[in-house]
Parts: sequence; C-alpha cells; structure tokens
Amino acid sequence: MNFPNDVKYTKTHEWVRFEDETTARIGITDYAQDQLGDLVFVNLPAEGDQLVCGDAFADVESVKAVSDVNAPVSGTVDEVNEALLDAPEMMNEAPYDAWFVLVSGITDTDELMEAEEYEAYIETL
Amino acid sequence: MKLIFEKSIPGRHTDFLPALDVPEVSEDFARRIEPLRLPELSEVQIDRHYTELAGRTRGVNGGFYPLGSCTMKYNPALNERVASLPGFTDIHPLQDDADVQGCLEVMKKTEEYLAEITGMDAVSLQPAAGAHGEFTGLLLIRAYHRSRGDEGRTKIIVPDSAHGTNPASAVMAGFEVVNIPSDAQGYVDLAALKAAVGPDTAGLMLTNPNTVGLFDPNIEEITRIVHEAGGLNYYDGANLNAVMGIVRPGDMGFDVVHVNLHKTFSTPHGGGGPGSGPSGCKAFLAPFLPGLRVTDEDGTLHSGKADNSIGDMRSFRGNFLVIVKALAYILSIGREGVKETAENAVLNANYMMRRLSDVFDMAYDSTCMHEFVMTLERLKDETGVSALDFAKALTDCGIHPPTMYFPLIVHEALMVEPTETEPKETLDAAVEIFRKVMEEAYEKPEEMHLKPLTTVIRRPDEVKAARKPVVRYDYPGSV
Repeated sequence: MNFPNDVKYTKTHEWVRFEDETTARIGITDYAQDQLGDLVFVNLPAEGDQLVCGDAFADVESVKAVSDVNAPVSGTVDEVNEALLDAPEMMNEAPYDAWFVLVSGITDTDELMEAEEYEAYIETL
Repeated sequence: MKLIFEKSIPGRHTDFLPALDVPEVSEDFARRIEPLRLPELSEVQIDRHYTELAGRTRGVNGGFYPLGSCTMKYNPALNERVASLPGFTDIHPLQDDADVQGCLEVMKKTEEYLAEITGMDAVSLQPAAGAHGEFTGLLLIRAYHRSRGDEGRTKIIVPDSAHGTNPASAVMAGFEVVNIPSDAQGYVDLAALKAAVGPDTAGLMLTNPNTVGLFDPNIEEITRIVHEAGGLNYYDGANLNAVMGIVRPGDMGFDVVHVNLHKTFSTPHGGGGPGSGPSGCKAFLAPFLPGLRVTDEDGTLHSGKADNSIGDMRSFRGNFLVIVKALAYILSIGREGVKETAENAVLNANYMMRRLSDVFDMAYDSTCMHEFVMTLERLKDETGVSALDFAKALTDCGIHPPTMYFPLIVHEALMVEPTETEPKETLDAAVEIFRKVMEEAYEKPEEMHLKPLTTVIRRPDEVKAARKPVVRYDYPGSV
C-alpha cells in the first residue's frame, strides 16, 4: 500500500494535495481503491460547484459497491478531471494521480492526517 | 452456445401459429418498411435451444441457493397450478367488476392477509417489486406530510446497514437522505438517531431484522424517537420471512411497509419473476394509497380510487398472477404455517452458523435470525483468498454463492440465508462443502484465484461487463 508524503489524508479515505494555501486537488487513496476493487463508474461535480467540508461531492462505483466521496475541504470547483469518466481504471492504477477536482478559494478543511498518521489509522481498521 | 439469432435458417418455419383469421389491413396502413428480422427455426430447434439455455442456468431447482437477503426459498408447484386456472388467466384488466368477482376476491383476501401479517390496516397490491413498494410507501409519507401543510419535512433517515434501494427510493421520492451509523452490533445507534431527528424529519426507513440478520432490540424506542419528532416509520419487508406470524411491523411502531411477495410469499424470484412488492399502511395513510381499491358492498365487490390517492404506480392491478400465487401459498400453509415458516428459517440459519463457527469468523457473535454474515477478512489477510474467490469456488461444488460484499459495513462479507425450505441433509452437505473449501483455501491459495473450473461461465470480466455490456445482437453486416 502506498502513502505518499505530498498529500494529506481523511478518515474517509480521500487525499488532498495543496498547490497553495487555498487551492488543492482531491482524489481517493490507495486503500480506498483497494477496498472498493475495480472501479467502473464515477460521478463528478460540475465546474463552479461549491464543495462543503464533510459532504459528499462525488461517488464512485466498483464491481462491489457504490460509495460517496466526501469533500475534505470547502471551496469552489475550478476544474474537473473528466478523463476519469472514460477511464475510471486510472483510480485503481494510479490513485494519487487520478485527481477528481481542483478546488480553489478553500475556506475550511476537515481534520487531515499526514502519511504516517493515516497509515497507522489504516492499521486499526 | 450459439444465440438463437445465429441458429436462424432463412425460410425455416414453425407450424404452431394458426392461420390468420382477421382481415389484413391495407398496404398503405402504417407498416414497417423492412420486416422484423426474427429468428427462423423449427419448433424442435426452438425447444432444444431453450432447454439447453435452461440447463446452463442456476436455480433453486438445481441446488442449494443461500443468497442472503434474497430469500430464495423453493416455490411450491401448487402456486403455479392455481395461477394457471383459466378464471385467472383468461381475463382482461378492463373487464367490469361484475365479471371478475373471483379475481377481486383474490385481491381483497390477499390484502387482508398481508395487512394481518404486517399489522397494517390497508394494503395496495399495485407495486411490482420491492423497491417499487418502497417508492410507493415514501410517496405515501410525502403525501401525508403535505396534506397537513407540513412542507418542511424533507429528510429520510436511513441507517448505513440498509439495502441500497432505501436511499435510492427516498431520493426518487424527492427526499434528502440522512445516513446514520450502526453500532458495534449492527443495531441502530440510538444517540446518532436522536441527533438526526428534528422538524425536517419526514421518516425513518428500517429493515428489521436488519441486513446483518439481527433483530434490533431497541426497535420500540427507535420508532418512538421518530414519532416524537413528527416523522413516520417505514418498514422494509425484505427480511419479513424471519418474523412473520411472530411479531408484526405494525406492533413495532411502523406506519408503512412493503412486502416482497417474491421473497417471503414464494413467488418466482429473479429472471423468472415478475416480482410484486405490495405496500401496506396504517389507516391514516390509506386515503393516499395508489391504484384501484377493492371494497365490499353488500356482498358485491367494487373497485374505486382512494380519496386522496397518490395516483397509479403501475398499470391496472399490479402483477395479478403473482398475487394469486402468494394467496395460494398463504392459504396452503395457513396461520400456523406462516409462523412455522419463520421459525424454521431462523432455525436453519442458526444451525448452519453454529456448525460453521469453529472455522469461519462470524461478523456478529450472537444468535441470528434467518441469515448470518461471515467475514473472510482473516482468510484474505493470511492467504490472499478473497470472499469473491471463495464464492467462485463454491460454484464448482454445486452451491450458488451466498451474497458477497454485503452488507457494506462488514469486510469480505459472505451472507448466508438457507431459508426454511431446505432439509437438514442439504444444510449438512453445504456445511461440509464450506469447510472443505476453507481447507483448500489454506492449502492451495493460488489455485483459488482460478476457480471455478467446471462451470459454464468461469470468471467474466466484471469491469467490462459493467462498463461495456453487450446486450444487443448485431446481425452480420448490420450497422
């Protein structure tokens, strides 16, 4: 399992990669994709949508289940990675490259974990 | 095996169609420019084709089918015999009530029995499936709140152990879903429920016994909390088989229910359907029920709409012949049989669970209801063999796999529901097979990823099947 240091993590298995203090990309973690199994569909928000910290903003469907993806930050969707719609397998193959949205104007963030903390948290599950 | 279209031989005829005995319409009447390209085969070829197809399918008739949460019980042949009586088959939905008194009586009786079994006051037989029944029930809840001018009740509370159809039905009915967690035993977290209810609560949707096969001991408090907040309680009847004749949703504090006739009341389930998911409710919701209601006026049965009906949920009367089968079942097992069915369903599940619990990790360490959930997480950690691999291996042994990866709150879950219709010998044989497959998984874990070896279809590409399903036959040369 891969836990890169350049992103922060949530308890609900999203990652956040800050580009500056108020801009970040969001995706799902290696653990999330491993638990879900092969991903087959993703629903993404639209550009300009408002994300609210802790609320679902996207969902992913695997061969096993459909899961919500929660917003780790509050802010505005600036860019959507539409490539995921046609190639959801990118989330399995390279979860930390397969970003969902680029969010700007971040006003609030969830409790985020560093890589070691998240790895320790996974051990307890 | 070839598709029937691929077997087609141009010009080959069957002779079972009678000669045309109505006048042909004129050439300039709306017609297809090209004739339909239907397969052309002789009767015996068609017969063999479908017999071969039937041989490749898996049903309860072929062997043990412990698909948790689906209640794949054996359906008595008597149901089919009753449903094929011409008085039931040779009718039209637009016939006058006076011509179909017997059929109306079937509907009225079925409604009354289902109301009695669920503790409700009225039932609509119109919904055609379980989720359709849920949707109907939620529309009743919506209509009720609106009728009181209470427009602010926009939220439906659904525990995280619920069937996926619950939140989906709530959203379809225009509600917002509030998800609440289950506690360590899989029961509703009372603190989370109390925190979730409020003046915006339209209702709670609950399955009890829940989706891990446990009866929630706090059920009366749960329904009270929702009622005190002004919401209504919806009972998902998916697991009614475990409690019917023993305890009634209406007595637990529920206001609306749906019943899956294709689970609990032994009508065909799966590809052979169609299904039927009647919606029941307490008297105060009856004026909103959909479809035609049957009433008795001086011994004559009449059909009419309810006063504030939400409308039609389906054409005409629902899946009428399915309703006939359910009534045949209820009448043939009788009042005591209803209760005995639930008792044996629970007994069979507990028997299997106990006989497996020394080798398999049970998700919950308590007496179960009609189904139990195992977690294969330890097997996966130690050998890499997943619940999917295990399920695939069972198909090599003639057992339809249990439900996999559900409920979502249990990792590497296998959910086993033997049902009351399986004799002890079948359960004992299945227990031996489960144990043998577990042994094999530890001895040769790498071979488990290749299973099944003997079935018609081994491991379909699930990703491709989900993303690019081929559901249409393209004739050679067609665009």
